[in-house]
Amino acid sequence: MASEKGVTLLDFWVSPFGQRARIALAEKGVQYEYKEQNLVEKSDLLLKSNPVYKKIPVLIHDGKPVCESLVIVQYIDEVWSDKAPLLPSDPYQKAQARFWADYVDKKVFDCGTRLWKLKGEEQEAAKKEMIEILQLLEAQLGDNKYFGGDTFGYVDVAFIPFTSWFYTYETCGNFSIEAVAPKLVKWAKRCMERESVKTLYDPNKVYEFVCYLKKKFGVE
Amino acid sequence: MAASANPEVKLLGIWFSPFVLRARIALNLKEVQYQFLEEQLGTKSDLLLESNPVYKKMPVLIHEGKPVCESLIIVQYIDDVWAGSGTTLMPTDAYERAIHRFWTVYVDDKLYSSFLDSIMRYRTDEAKAEAEEQAVAALQLLEETFDKISKGKPFFGGDTIGYLDIALGSFLGWIRAAEINGLKLLDHARIPLLCAWAEKFCNNEAVRAVIPDTMKLAEFTKVLRSSYQNRLPPAK
Repeated sequence: MASEKGVTLLDFWVSPFGQRARIALAEKGVQYEYKEQNLVEKSDLLLKSNPVYKKIPVLIHDGKPVCESLVIVQYIDEVWSDKAPLLPSDPYQKAQARFWADYVDKKVFDCGTRLWKLKGEEQEAAKKEMIEILQLLEAQLGDNKYFGGDTFGYVDVAFIPFTSWFYTYETCGNFSIEAVAPKLVKWAKRCMERESVKTLYDPNKVYEFVCYLKKKFGVE
Repeated sequence: MAASANPEVKLLGIWFSPFVLRARIALNLKEVQYQFLEEQLGTKSDLLLESNPVYKKMPVLIHEGKPVCESLIIVQYIDDVWAGSGTTLMPTDAYERAIHRFWTVYVDDKLYSSFLDSIMRYRTDEAKAEAEEQAVAALQLLEETFDKISKGKPFFGGDTIGYLDIALGSFLGWIRAAEINGLKLLDHARIPLLCAWAEKFCNNEAVRAVIPDTMKLAEFTKVLRSSYQNRLPPAK
C-alpha cells in the first residue's frame, strides 16, 4: 500500500480546480495537510512548488510537487490505487473519461467567467454557450447514476465542483439550469450526498465571492 | 514504416497537423498497422463529423469502429491498448508520469500559442518579435526540464521516445519551417540539449517516415498566414 506520509495540498477555498484534488483525496481516504493560499501575496512555498504557473492547486507528496488539477487527480488515482478507482481500467472507457474531463476543463470555467463578467450581447452569447455545454454533458450522463457509470469516477470529480457555481451562473445569466438540464441537477444532488463532496458545496459563498470579484473588476 | 491498410485501426488526419503527427508517431512506435484517411483542407468528411461531433477536428483514431479524440488522449490510448508491442510511451513511475503530463499541458498551452502567434497570428512586426521571444523562453524552460528529467539519456522518456517527446517533437517540423521563414528558435547557443534532442527525434525511424517536409511546411505557413490575416477584422 502506498505511503500516506507527507501529503500537502496548496489550495484556495473557492477554487473548483482545487476542489477536484480535495474530492479525490477524500475518496481515497488520504490524510493530508490543507494549506490555504493567499493568491494576492503568494507564499514562497507556492512559488517554489509551481514556478511555471504560480497557481493552485499544488499537491506535494513526500516533498515532490504535482501541478495542474487533472494531472493531480490522475496521480492520486494511480498512487492510491487500492481504493475507489476513479479512472476505468478499460482503455477505451479510460479514453472517454479523459475526453469528457478535458471537455469540462476547456469549456465550463471559461464560459462561466464570461457569463458573470460580461454584460449585454456578450453575456447572452455566454449564456447560450453554457446551456449548450450543460446539455451536451447531460446527454453524456444519460440515465447513468454517475458519469463513471455505477461508480463515482474521474469525470464526476472533474465536473462536480462547478455545480457550486450553478447558482451564480443562473443569477447572473437569468436562467434556470434545472429547466435546461434536469438530469444534471439530479446528478449533482446525488454527488452532494457523498462525504467527499458535501462539505465543499456552498453556492451562496461562491456567489458572494463572485460579487466581490465583480466589484473589484468594476463590473456592473 | 508506411501505413498499411488494417481496417481495424483507422486514423483521420491531414499531412501538416502536428496533432495528427503525434498519433502517427505513437502508432509507429508501437508497430501498429493502420489505415490513414487523409482529410481535404477546407472540408470535413462525414466520417470526421460523425466520429468527432464535439470538436469536428483531427486527429481521430477509430479502433474497431470506436472513435478516440484529442491527440494526447489518443497517444495514451495507443500506449494502453498495444501495451505489449513496440516501446512503452508513458513512464512507469507515477510521479514521472505526472511530470510528463504537466509539461505536455505547458507545451500545448504556452509553447503552442506563442509559436502560433509568431508565425501566423501576429499583427505587427513588434508583436511578431515579442511572440518569438516568448516561444524562445518557453523552449528555454523546456531545455532546463530536459536537463532535469532525461538524466543524461537521449529523450525526455529516457532511452526511447516517450509521451513528452511526442508532444513536443510533433512541433519540430513546424519549428524548422519557421526557421526557413526567418525565425530563430532552435538556437544551439541557447538550447543545446534540445537541439541535440531534436536531431535524434527527427531521425528516429518512427518519426522520419511521417514528419512533413520542411520546405512544404514553410510554403504552407505563408499561405496559412495570409488566409488568416484576410479573415481578421481590421486592427483598431
